[in-house]
Amino acid sequence: MNRIIYKLMSGIPVELIQKLQCKRSVKFFLLSLPFGEVRRGFHFAFLFLLLYSCRKDELVVPTEYDVLPSELNPYADPLGMYILNEGNMGSNKASIDFVDFRNAYYIRNLYAERNPNVIKELGDVGNDIQIYGNKLYAVINCSHKVEVMDAETGVRLGQVDIPNCRYIRFSRGNAYVSAYVGPVAIDPDAQLGAVYRIDTTSLEITGKVTVGYQPDELEVMGEYIYIANSGGYRVPNYDYTISVVEMYGMKQVQKIPVGINLHRLRKDKYGKLWVSSRGDYNSIPSNLFVLERKSQNSNEMVVTDTLDIPCSNMCIQGDSLYFYSTEWNEQAEENTISYGIINVKTKELVTDHFITDGTEKDITIPYGLQINPANGDIYVTDAKNYVSSGVVHCYNRNGKLKWSVRAGDIPAHMVFLFKN
Amino acid sequence: MYFVRFFCGLTLFAISISAFSQSKLDSVQHIGEVKVVANRYKEIIPAQTLKGKELQQLNSYSVADAIRFFSGVQIKDYGGIGGLKTVNIRSMGTNHMGVFYNGIQLGNAQNGQIDLGKFSLENVEEISLYNGQKSEIFQSAKEFGSAGSIYLTTRRPRFAKGKDTNIKAALRSGSFGLFNPSVLYEYKINEKINTTFSAEWINADGKYKFRYRRVTPSGELAYDTTAVRENGDIDAVRLEGSLNGYLSSGFWKVQLYHYDSERGVPGAIVNNVWRNGERLWDNNSFIQGVYEQDFSSKFSSKLNMKYAVDLTHYINNDDKLIHVDNTYRQKELYFSWANKYALRKNWDISAAYDFQWNGLSEFVDVSRTTHWFSAATAFTVADQLKIQASILETIVNEENRERDTVPNKQVFTPAMFLSYQPFAATDLVLRAFYKKSFRMPTFNDLYYTDMGNAYLRPEYAEQYNLGVLYDINRENRTLESFHIGADVYYNYAKDKIVAYPKGQQFRWTMLNLGEVDIRGIDLTTMVTLLFMNEWRLTGKLQYTYQEAIDITDPADTYHRDQIPYIPWHSGSAIAMLNWKSWSMNYSYIYVGERYNQQENIRYNYTQPWYTSDISLSKSLKIKDLSLKFSAEINNLLSQDYDVILNYPMPKRNYRFRIGIEI
Repeated sequence: MNRIIYKLMSGIPVELIQKLQCKRSVKFFLLSLPFGEVRRGFHFAFLFLLLYSCRKDELVVPTEYDVLPSELNPYADPLGMYILNEGNMGSNKASIDFVDFRNAYYIRNLYAERNPNVIKELGDVGNDIQIYGNKLYAVINCSHKVEVMDAETGVRLGQVDIPNCRYIRFSRGNAYVSAYVGPVAIDPDAQLGAVYRIDTTSLEITGKVTVGYQPDELEVMGEYIYIANSGGYRVPNYDYTISVVEMYGMKQVQKIPVGINLHRLRKDKYGKLWVSSRGDYNSIPSNLFVLERKSQNSNEMVVTDTLDIPCSNMCIQGDSLYFYSTEWNEQAEENTISYGIINVKTKELVTDHFITDGTEKDITIPYGLQINPANGDIYVTDAKNYVSSGVVHCYNRNGKLKWSVRAGDIPAHMVFLFKN
Repeated sequence: MYFVRFFCGLTLFAISISAFSQSKLDSVQHIGEVKVVANRYKEIIPAQTLKGKELQQLNSYSVADAIRFFSGVQIKDYGGIGGLKTVNIRSMGTNHMGVFYNGIQLGNAQNGQIDLGKFSLENVEEISLYNGQKSEIFQSAKEFGSAGSIYLTTRRPRFAKGKDTNIKAALRSGSFGLFNPSVLYEYKINEKINTTFSAEWINADGKYKFRYRRVTPSGELAYDTTAVRENGDIDAVRLEGSLNGYLSSGFWKVQLYHYDSERGVPGAIVNNVWRNGERLWDNNSFIQGVYEQDFSSKFSSKLNMKYAVDLTHYINNDDKLIHVDNTYRQKELYFSWANKYALRKNWDISAAYDFQWNGLSEFVDVSRTTHWFSAATAFTVADQLKIQASILETIVNEENRERDTVPNKQVFTPAMFLSYQPFAATDLVLRAFYKKSFRMPTFNDLYYTDMGNAYLRPEYAEQYNLGVLYDINRENRTLESFHIGADVYYNYAKDKIVAYPKGQQFRWTMLNLGEVDIRGIDLTTMVTLLFMNEWRLTGKLQYTYQEAIDITDPADTYHRDQIPYIPWHSGSAIAMLNWKSWSMNYSYIYVGERYNQQENIRYNYTQPWYTSDISLSKSLKIKDLSLKFSAEINNLLSQDYDVILNYPMPKRNYRFRIGIEI
């Protein structure tokens, strides 16, 4: 019977329907009351508890739709952008949002509604999101899995269990996932990390190679996978190397010393690698390094430049490397945030701000960065205090704010969905 | 292993007692039962109290379970028998709550939290909760300090005429693989001195079924899964002994306490994770003593002393996560001297000085010395108006050998309590209080690796309370007693210590940032009916409304939103029925809707939960032996709920108890 009511009332917000149903049962209860003058007070108290004690069926987390203040663009390609909200650890609130560029919609929290049968939803702490072929991959760190979905619908296709997984990249039909946990270590404090290989057709793990301590971002270039090792669990003995893995044999062939606590690793179109280090958050600041081939004929990469620019996150688009940095200032008790663009060809700082209308002051903690390859729009996410909803800001290529929208908790990772 | 230790301890103690008792001469003096009855004259605002039979009859396993029946209180319960349970009064935060064990505060300088799930009710006779402070001026300076106080009182020995030994043993068992034997031994060495010893062993695998069920908006089942809670086991031993002496105008008491436990930390249930690998060992020991003496009809003095050593060992064995293995050693030395002087018959003054030293070692080696000075006065006009005022000065000297110097602190906090009885013949009392209090930053707040902030200031809370109380007490009438009370309050918390994001990657620091505005109403009523001789029915109803909103910064998305885990509505109902040697209890707890994060949006919405518990018990007397059997069913309707998000609570569960008293 309930289901019929629901169907009849479709279009009315669900909470409202439930409130109505709640009241109905209260009314029924009222009718059954004996109306003694003395008893009324007591019944009233009881009724009060009953009214408030109406516990509903626990619903699957619903999706929300917000209209964006931008123009409809039926031919936009990319069609849209997925955003992975990390969610605070233990909250199980990792979630996926979608910006629909064609219809100018912001679709919040679509995973649970698209996949209502997945127990405990997407999971705990999202760490990376990527698209390869027609599949969408979300790396869920504290749920120890890579969630695989249909890229157009967000409907689940399967999952691959990888302990403490961090980032994912692709090459020739395979996915490569960095993970903090590699082989079982005899010394529990010296746990090496690993890179897992997944066949993107069968979604099976087909290989695994041990790398450095707590590996983070990785990139595939030629026949090699480059992995930035952080050693973040080993304070103060951070790792300082990039692991080089030969892709077909899944063998670590080299470790390139770079700087302590490495994090981001991106390639540009000239075959250079851009690597950021977090520093030790104290005396050694965050830094940005460039690696290039030793010589024209060599495959070996070496550090050629240390830019002395702090970098928390970066995004390379054409010749431009957009970056920002957040560093805590002990004296002022606040974060020092900087933004900038580096020309990857000349390795020179082009500008020290890419937001030009002064709205960067509204960003508490920049946490994600992405550039639209089609129109040059810049997306910066704000994680706020990590335990409340973050915000996605969109700026045009000249750095003027186009729109801002509320996201989930800690919006951080973004990937474009292109037309097939 | 614990079992062996348990009995070793028992025999050792028994031997020492008999050796001790022989050396004492039997006294001919008769001092029967010594009872410290809270005088209504002194106590301007009486506590909410659960004690004796009523406490035993409630379906409660630990002190935390019992406290749920007080108004104005929120419990954070992480589920199960070994799960952490902390208490927060009137939304001011756990750290503002003082917990006193036989009159002396239990400390945790490291994180300021006392796990009340650790205190079993087997040996606790009385639990009292005071908003503000105990409105009594003859107390230690520290007792003027907390924003709210819980007093736990263990059983006081009472000997029937001609008896010099009491033995009480009990066994509790039931769901969660619980096996919980306990024994209490009381011995009267002479009329003026007696000794008690109690021991308890708690062993449980902590396993219970829990269920998560979700429905789509169109009413179809999305998922429905039942799993078993793992890693919630506990193995704990508690040993306690005391020596009590009664003087002609005073008393003294020395108490030893030891608690040793190993338990699993069950952790959050998230997608793809059904089990965690955290383990926790607690080892708490203390010795405390009190000596109180009335030197004349006007002057009384009281000394308190305590030395405590706490050891916590925490490991995270999950092979998928960062390996953690930490040991924390805390030491506390405490001394207090309180004095009261009667200036006139209706005018008392008091002064107290307390000293405490706290040390913490392992991840950081720090210590702190604190001095408290209090002065208070109590005044009565025509037996109808009672006024009490106190001022407390707290001086904290921080000492720290590793990092930059932490500034010392000095704070004055006043309090004022009033009560007025407008008609001498009617038990109608109006009451009001104002209190300012603060909590010190904990060692974790100040020093925790990377996160601590040495420059934190204390966190303040101001409370305003206005209330009314009406009582009827009649012996042997159908309506034996009736009680109704209402309080409205406004609290303002500022400089709240909150974690603030720092730089990149989930790095935090602690800042004095939060500001909370709290308004609430507490209602309590109780009625006892006597009918058809020997039937007695007691009903208790308690309701709390609270609005606790974050007013830190208008720019925050959660500005003026209800703070996390504070329900607007909560309450409880208890019905107790006694007939001859039978007793029955029904209790109901309701916690209304609330949000699990700062923003009051639907993604953070948490449903109300309400549980019904029932119990039945029967007493028997065979010669000198008293036997008591009881059976409890908790969460009768088997509701599936979380108190804290992702920490599922047990479904319906059972508990049985057999008690023997000689």
